Amino acid sequence: MRRALHAEWTKMRTVAGPLWLMLGAVAATVALGAGAASVAHCTAGGCGGDTTKLALMGVYLGQAPVAVLAVLSISGEYGTGMIRTSLAAVPRRATVLAAKALTLTGVVAAGGAFAVLGSVLAGRLILPGAGDRALSLSHGPTLRAVVGTVLYLVLIGLLSLGAATAVRDSAAGIGVVLGLLYVLPIVSRTVGDPHWQRLLQKTAPMSAGLAVQATTDLGSLPLSPWAGLGVTAGWAAAALLTGGLLLRVRDA
Amino acid sequence: MSGTAVRSRSGRRAGRDGFAHVLHAEWTKLRTVRGWVAGIVAAGLMVVLFALLTGVSSDQKGAPPVPVGPGGEPVADSFYFVHRPLTGNGSITVSVAALDSSVPRGPGDLRPGTVPWAKAGLVIKESTRQGSPYAAIMATGGHGVRMQDGYVNDHAGPAGRVSAGSPRWLRLDRSGDTVTGYASTDGTRWIGVGTAQVRGLGSTVQGGLFVASPPVVQGGGTATSVSTAAFGDLRTRGGWAGGDWTGGQVGARSPTFAGYPENVSGSFTGAGAASAGSGAAFTVTGAGDMAPAVRDSLPTGGVLRDILAGTFAALIAVVVVGARFITEEYRRKMIRLTLAASPRRSRVLVAKALVLWAATFVAGSVGTALAIPLGERLARGHGVYVFPVSSSTELRVALGTAALLATAAVLALAVGAVLRHGAGAVTAVVVAMVLPYVLIAVPFTPAGLSKGVAAVTPGAAFAVQQTLVPYAQVAANYTPYYGYFPLPPWAGFAVLAGYAVAGLAVAAVLIDRRDA
Repeated sequence: MRRALHAEWTKMRTVAGPLWLMLGAVAATVALGAGAASVAHCTAGGCGGDTTKLALMGVYLGQAPVAVLAVLSISGEYGTGMIRTSLAAVPRRATVLAAKALTLTGVVAAGGAFAVLGSVLAGRLILPGAGDRALSLSHGPTLRAVVGTVLYLVLIGLLSLGAATAVRDSAAGIGVVLGLLYVLPIVSRTVGDPHWQRLLQKTAPMSAGLAVQATTDLGSLPLSPWAGLGVTAGWAAAALLTGGLLLRVRDA
Repeated sequence: MSGTAVRSRSGRRAGRDGFAHVLHAEWTKLRTVRGWVAGIVAAGLMVVLFALLTGVSSDQKGAPPVPVGPGGEPVADSFYFVHRPLTGNGSITVSVAALDSSVPRGPGDLRPGTVPWAKAGLVIKESTRQGSPYAAIMATGGHGVRMQDGYVNDHAGPAGRVSAGSPRWLRLDRSGDTVTGYASTDGTRWIGVGTAQVRGLGSTVQGGLFVASPPVVQGGGTATSVSTAAFGDLRTRGGWAGGDWTGGQVGARSPTFAGYPENVSGSFTGAGAASAGSGAAFTVTGAGDMAPAVRDSLPTGGVLRDILAGTFAALIAVVVVGARFITEEYRRKMIRLTLAASPRRSRVLVAKALVLWAATFVAGSVGTALAIPLGERLARGHGVYVFPVSSSTELRVALGTAALLATAAVLALAVGAVLRHGAGAVTAVVVAMVLPYVLIAVPFTPAGLSKGVAAVTPGAAFAVQQTLVPYAQVAANYTPYYGYFPLPPWAGFAVLAGYAVAGLAVAAVLIDRRDA
């Protein structure tokens, strides 16, 4: 396992793509969050909603490069045929996937921490006064939102890795992942029945997981912050399990 | 030299044949790769399936009916009405010396506020039935005197706010189906504000004073309001019935009426001889509006855009196909064969774009042609009121959505040719087109950000699905969240088309310069 891990880390480290994607994720997260904060109408009372959520809004965009990175870490190997070498070197396929997942977790957690802390910092600079209390890490709910958002990005990475292992093609893999993330929330809004709508919001990986960013008005959420992140974790686990099973039974 | 001469003689015919061959070759590739055909067909299917889901998942059976105006459009027709019957011709005059509005700042915390379209004045209406034809002249909170009729017509009169020091006199004259409105600032010199032909008024109508106070736009939503007007000097001439003035709320239980703020209701008090009818003074409190319905005032109404929510899922499918249509060639080195067979490289790109656009457009058209009528039928069957659209608008939405899908696929093709990387191309196009709508759908997104992303990203093309009409005389949240796009339909589509053409141009230059 250690050698597999070392191999995956070497692959990740020595290709230019992952570094650029992680830098892109950080830049995208901070830029969108700062953009949203700068056009928000803020008064002394707040910004007409959840300030922490507003500052962390960039995650909607920043998760896309994370998903690409995760998808490419496996489907890139299928694209070039490298997967055969990888599986010849480490015949226990579950080990390969586990090593990939662990490497990815480390990289995304590091990049995600930069992205999220950068967003909070940008929010504090852009929203002086209104953002002070809500954007302080000593404020319990804000700390939860920050830590939870980093974990959310990690889970999105793992979900993407699992889905891409199942689909194998990079374009189709990222299509599936972005469909799960972006289309479900849009569709849930057009569903007329409030019961169905709430159910979709509770089960969609993005809208459930981002509940962890809420710091105000927790009672109105379809589910509690950590439970929401749990739903996303469930998606990630299911995707990895499916991907792992298919990796075992299929020819590479 | 002679070689040049030969090429110029036969070049044109050979070129045309050549392009037909390239087109044919690309069409053969597209139709023989199972995954690509499946992707395009799935896109059409998803449009239909999501329309069925949207239709089936709604349930508004038993909701009160939506009032409909003379033009068949949904209307808000709720206001406090102090009225008497008028048979035949006649006129009515009144002065408005005060129009004060209140807006709640919190639950039960009513504060004086500005309601620009609060209305107080005179109305002649076929009956107190909601949606019946009318003509009215009124003082407003922030738009001066207006003459309005048929819910959608609006004429401006003298500007300025009313106050005790600067009252407005208003008069309505009825002659058959013709109603004329006059206004005056001193009660003696009158100016005509407008004349309305009110069809279907009948011989006996209801006429009198009214006060309406629509919800105000507040922080991305709306808040109910209430207004009170002081009327004086009420005089009638002609075929008015005697007896008391009757007061009551028109359209108290209506889907287009947001109601009164907490602990307030409509009322009227008549000072002096309420039954005398001449020179009487009244204080009237009311809420509601006499205006065309917008998404804010009819939030339960269905729109084609909701029925076509599957466009977003379909978009991802066609973007994957579009990107792979070129990146697979690079991955499998097939591109070398393609370019060897057709050395004029940009023509390969144009042929791919044409074939892809046409195939996606056909699949999308079939999808929307089935989805719109099925979705509408199902939604209506479940009691949903669907905002009516003309058949030309419906056609624009159906074909526009298909063109949107096709052009997005071509944009993905162009980005794929530039990046030569499937995942990157898919992500770039999906983020540029779908993410704006994820952000717009988030309730706390600032309105400025919503309008910005819906105007400059390729996602602006979703404006082709707009069916709601904004009205100058109705204050509402005209934001993408509520289905109002900053750009007109075809301008929004042009933004996407511009990106696609620019992308193809860049790709054509790069494919010429780079080694395959």
